Amino acid sequence: MTRHVRIDGRAAALRIENLDTDQIMPKQFLRGIDKSGLDAGLLHDLRFDASGAVRPDFVLNRAEHKDTSILIGGSNFGCGSSREHAVWGLQQFGIRAVVASSYAEIFYSNAMNNRLLLVTLPPQLVAKLMDDADDPSGNAIEIDISAQTLRSRSVQATFELMPRHRQMFLEGLDSIGLSLTHQAQIAAFARDHWARQPWLRDVAAATKRRL
Amino acid sequence: MSSRTLYRKLVESHTAATLDAQNVLLFCDLHLMNEYTSPQAFAGLYEAQRGVAMPGQNVAVVSHIIPTQPTRIRVIADTASALQATNLKKNCDHFGIPLFDTNDALQGIEHVVAPEHGMIRPGMVVICGDSHTTTYGALGALGFGIGTTEVEHVLATQTLVYRVAKDMRIRIDGALPVGTTAKDLVLAVIGRIGAQGARGYVVEYCGSAIDALSIEARFTLCNMTVEAGSRGALIAPDRKAVDYVMARAPDIATLHREAALNAWRDLHSDDGAEFDTEHRFDAGDVAPQVTWGTSPDQVVAIDGRIPQPAELPDGPVRSSADRALHYTQLKAGSLIEGTPVQHVFIGSCTNGRIEDLRAAASIVRGRHVAPGVRAMVVPGSGAVKAAAEAEGLDQVFTQAGFEWRKPGCSMCLAMNDDVLADGVRCASTTNRNFEGRQGRGAITHLMGPAMAAAAAVTGRLTDVRRLEILQ
Repeated sequence: MTRHVRIDGRAAALRIENLDTDQIMPKQFLRGIDKSGLDAGLLHDLRFDASGAVRPDFVLNRAEHKDTSILIGGSNFGCGSSREHAVWGLQQFGIRAVVASSYAEIFYSNAMNNRLLLVTLPPQLVAKLMDDADDPSGNAIEIDISAQTLRSRSVQATFELMPRHRQMFLEGLDSIGLSLTHQAQIAAFARDHWARQPWLRDVAAATKRRL
Repeated sequence: MSSRTLYRKLVESHTAATLDAQNVLLFCDLHLMNEYTSPQAFAGLYEAQRGVAMPGQNVAVVSHIIPTQPTRIRVIADTASALQATNLKKNCDHFGIPLFDTNDALQGIEHVVAPEHGMIRPGMVVICGDSHTTTYGALGALGFGIGTTEVEHVLATQTLVYRVAKDMRIRIDGALPVGTTAKDLVLAVIGRIGAQGARGYVVEYCGSAIDALSIEARFTLCNMTVEAGSRGALIAPDRKAVDYVMARAPDIATLHREAALNAWRDLHSDDGAEFDTEHRFDAGDVAPQVTWGTSPDQVVAIDGRIPQPAELPDGPVRSSADRALHYTQLKAGSLIEGTPVQHVFIGSCTNGRIEDLRAAASIVRGRHVAPGVRAMVVPGSGAVKAAAEAEGLDQVFTQAGFEWRKPGCSMCLAMNDDVLADGVRCASTTNRNFEGRQGRGAITHLMGPAMAAAAAVTGRLTDVRRLEILQ
């Protein structure tokens, strides 16, 4: 797996609180059985009008933000539906990191599992970053994942990352492979669990057979 | 042993391994799947040549993309969606996972199907690639939504890498006034604590108002608690929960009754257990609720006024209100009651169960859908639909001019062909009023089933307490 140590790029501000995953990736783009083509759906109704024409005033459509790779978002970013398509779409569009004061829980896990970096900073710093992002001459942001630091024209900050997530970014991590090293432990757990509560064993298959 | 919350007990009783200071490997008793958040997970398994660890602990339902027109045999016309359904069947067949397929008589919304057949049992951990998995807390099971990468992880290991959440308790005493339901209660709670109010927490509900709720009402409450950002919602199982499960799980009732009752006796927070945050509400203060904005916390009582953004605190709350009112085309400061609607939707995992349909039918009976309104009922499952028809509720609805449709998620997220046109205003018993959720430019007002029925027969957002029950 590729190592992600630094993310340096240009930022754009999305001043929307509680930006939900329905808006990040609308329903009509969820009909695939693979992950492809989701860049077309990203923030679709914000990027395009009802006739499908580009909305020139939307930040990501402006010429000066063409090469955006870092989004500065409002709080509770990614709330609502669990659809991981939102994360895949952001990445396919070229977004490598999001900075906001908070994220919805499922979105956070989905992002980390795909190594889309989510940086959590206090609201005052996020506001400053948004102002920096609005100025095309000053919207470069440098993120060092190993040092857990972020730098823009007017912000210099450190951010938290769980050791497990940090390792996922720096070393790549086959999460399933790692969990499978606990296979014997899981099997022993299940034996014990089902000995105490036999009605939990095979619960789905047994119910379906009965119906 | 020190005092523990119900949530901690559930996590500890499902910890197969401790990974580090923040994460455990959580054993999942039941994993539910649907056709749209699982395909890439199965693809990942094939690619890595991995199997499904415990197929019998997994179940799949075609729920989100399924059309709901009242045809006898259902055919998915959209080719991409049809492929999702056949792909799900192929994957389930390949790995030996039970499936409620497109034309299964018991097909429905996953969160309606699983509990009604006794698959959800107190003390379980239940997960699903769908955020509304919090529903199962109503039976004392820890349920929560996951993403597709995690779906793959669960398939391969029957466990999840799980960050333990914080504990919140919401105590609700008093009695819900006549004309209000669990939907009004949960909307009122979300309105008070906000769309982020429970972010990072698992919520445990308690108090006399919770004790008084039926199990189906508790499903509604726990289902929508995720709209406050919570990672789970729990209610300690009581006699009602036990009776509900026993009536639907003959294997427990006949073979394991005493052992199960014994195991479930410990499913409550201990005296003195500490919660990181506590809230208290009085159910007696709750009036019928209706949302005015584009986030479930943008809600008022039906006899209330749409807020003036200028009077809200400067910052995110005000800017969100401005943005929402622009989208919902409502006038700040005006009464919400009387707002005309063009569409009414009754259904979803929040309000698609038999008690919900009965509540709506009680208002519809003897009345007719108002001119210019299209109203539809989409039962939560085949079993709910059959039960409603046995009671004659389908006749009540169709005689009043409602469409009586086949089960599915339908217009809750409009992934199938039940999509609203631009500018259409909908009274909806669903869970999300997000921009574009029910169709680009469509405006969603969330409310309970009786309130939605009242909107259907009057053509306006209406205080259901004004309508008499006709015979």
